[in-house]
Amino acid sequence: MKPFGYLRAGSVEEAVRAGADHPGARYLGGGTNLVDLMKLGVEQPPLLIDVGRLPLDRIEERPDGGLRIGALVRNSELAAAAPVRDRYPALSQAVLAGASGQLRNTATTGGNLLQRTRCTYFQDTSKPCNKREPGTGCPAREGAHRDLAVIGHSEHCVATQPSDMAVALAALDATVHLHGPEGEREVPVTEFHRLPGDRPERDTVLRPGELITAIELPPARAAAHSCFRKARDRASFAFALVSVAAVLEVRDGAIQYAALAFGGLAHRPWRARAAEEVLVGAPATQGTFGRAADAELTAARPLPENGFKVPLARNLTVGVLADLAARD
Amino acid sequence: MESTNQPAAADAQATAHRQPPLAYDARSELVLHVNGTPYTLTLDHRTTVLDALREHLGLTGAKKGCDHGQCGACTVLVDGRRANSCLLLAVAQDGRRITTIEGLAHGNDGADGERLHPLQEAFLERDALQCGYCTPGQICSAVGVLTEAADGFPSHVTPYTAASGAPMELTPDEIRERMSGNLCRCGAYPRIVEAVGDARDAGGAES
Ligand SMILES: Cc1cc2nc3c(=O)[nH]c(=O)nc-3n(C[C@H](O)[C@H](O)[C@H](O)COP(=O)(O)OP(=O)(O)OC[C@H]3O[C@@H](n4cnc5c(N)ncnc54)[C@H](O)[C@@H]3O)c2cc1C
Ligand code: SF4
Ligand code: FES
Ligand code: FES
Repeated sequence: MKPFGYLRAGSVEEAVRAGADHPGARYLGGGTNLVDLMKLGVEQPPLLIDVGRLPLDRIEERPDGGLRIGALVRNSELAAAAPVRDRYPALSQAVLAGASGQLRNTATTGGNLLQRTRCTYFQDTSKPCNKREPGTGCPAREGAHRDLAVIGHSEHCVATQPSDMAVALAALDATVHLHGPEGEREVPVTEFHRLPGDRPERDTVLRPGELITAIELPPARAAAHSCFRKARDRASFAFALVSVAAVLEVRDGAIQYAALAFGGLAHRPWRARAAEEVLVGAPATQGTFGRAADAELTAARPLPENGFKVPLARNLTVGVLADLAARD
Repeated sequence: MESTNQPAAADAQATAHRQPPLAYDARSELVLHVNGTPYTLTLDHRTTVLDALREHLGLTGAKKGCDHGQCGACTVLVDGRRANSCLLLAVAQDGRRITTIEGLAHGNDGADGERLHPLQEAFLERDALQCGYCTPGQICSAVGVLTEAADGFPSHVTPYTAASGAPMELTPDEIRERMSGNLCRCGAYPRIVEAVGDARDAGGAES
């Protein structure tokens, strides 16, 4: 690891000012991804700006019935919070499906959203990788890509966004609140992560020096149910092969509202708008659920080793929607 | 490379001007409260809590398995919650209370003789180890599991219908899931789950 400076920010303003004054500096949340990548030499910041003690560690009710989650709320606190478990169960379940108890105690909401891909070439500085070193190529395409993208990828990068939490946030229409050198702004979670295109080095639309201050959830639909499900290589403590977050509202057998997002398929949490179009207004049956999944997944372009993800995503979708439709 | 060569030195200066190589201190003074004792240390920022414990304080109970958050051998408690000490920068934990396996037994200051923590007792009783390398991390993790369950933290296998905030029941499935961040190369898992269950029954969260 390269030596680096350390600054503990006392306020959001101080953190953002330091971020603007020191290009190349990194904000330190829980450090469970950043410190790991520094050990691997993938990240070599000259300065860490520790935001871990900023007063952004609360979950607050919004006047409109929504919820504001501070960027420094730890993953374990987020998953346990009663308003999250009771009104946004998919979010609690997604967080609990990720990492381990120890890691969730340390990891923050902001850091979770910004965690980097687990593509093995990205993590290995002896290998080329367009995301780590633009222009060097993408060995994953011809090499180990079983865990990587089947949809929305480019010839330059086939990485997946690994956060489980982000998948639930995408289905729940959350927004990311940012504070940067040029002021504050909000970005929907579904537009926060990018597709790789010819700029795979940019995971998100975050601008230099911008700090995530909070995630906001709109009011939960009273009559809807939500849940998150993840398929992985072992029963626990493994990243997703495919995951699904879904919100479903059924009245008299007909679907009133549906929101669906996939994890493990793309460079960002994949909000399945085409599937939602098939669902809304249709009868809540297995047939509908399958047709909805197919409508979304026709756009999939799997690589030689990861074609299994397409039927896996379809089956997960049908299972999750059938379970939600059966509740009441 | 040593150089007295004028242009090269000017070059280096120009680069230095654009990007000051180390305008920041690479070390800081900090305090870690380890097992009840405050230690003032001056550490390179790269030092993790795990390395501070092992290399600077001589506390070698917490083990380095993977050094990347993947095995749990380095698990300690920070302000009462379990964490992977290999991913914690010591400087960022300034002022925090850290409990390691060495600090779990009562009376280890020699006051009234050593009394093991109920989880240590349970691991011995169940013979929940073979080589022992993962054990300090398993035990610290299990201490965290008992507190988390008492505090109403759910897990991946907790039914969504379980009441929020109420203490969570630690079934064997719950114990397995909650302990999944601690790997054991010797495969002592069945006994570990039993030992954690024994400590749960003995009311281990309060000790
Ligand atoms: C062994 C292992 C297994 C894991 N398994 C899973 C899994 O199954 N599913 C899953 O979803 N995740 C998994 N994770 C990843 C884990 O969830 C992330 O490491 C964690 O959520 C990151 O949060 P952090 O606060 O520690 O981030 P940090 O490491 O502190 O930061 C990550 C990035 O975000 C930036 N950053 C942090 N906070 C802010 C902020 N407020 N504003 C702007 N930038 C910020 C940092 O500069 C850095 O670039 C796993 C990790 C490990 C080590
Ligand atoms: S998939 Fe993306 S992250 Fe992986 S090697 Fe290719 S460019 Fe790098
Ligand atoms: S050494 Fe820390 S998790 Fe393996
Ligand atoms: S007892 Fe040997 S690794 Fe667990």
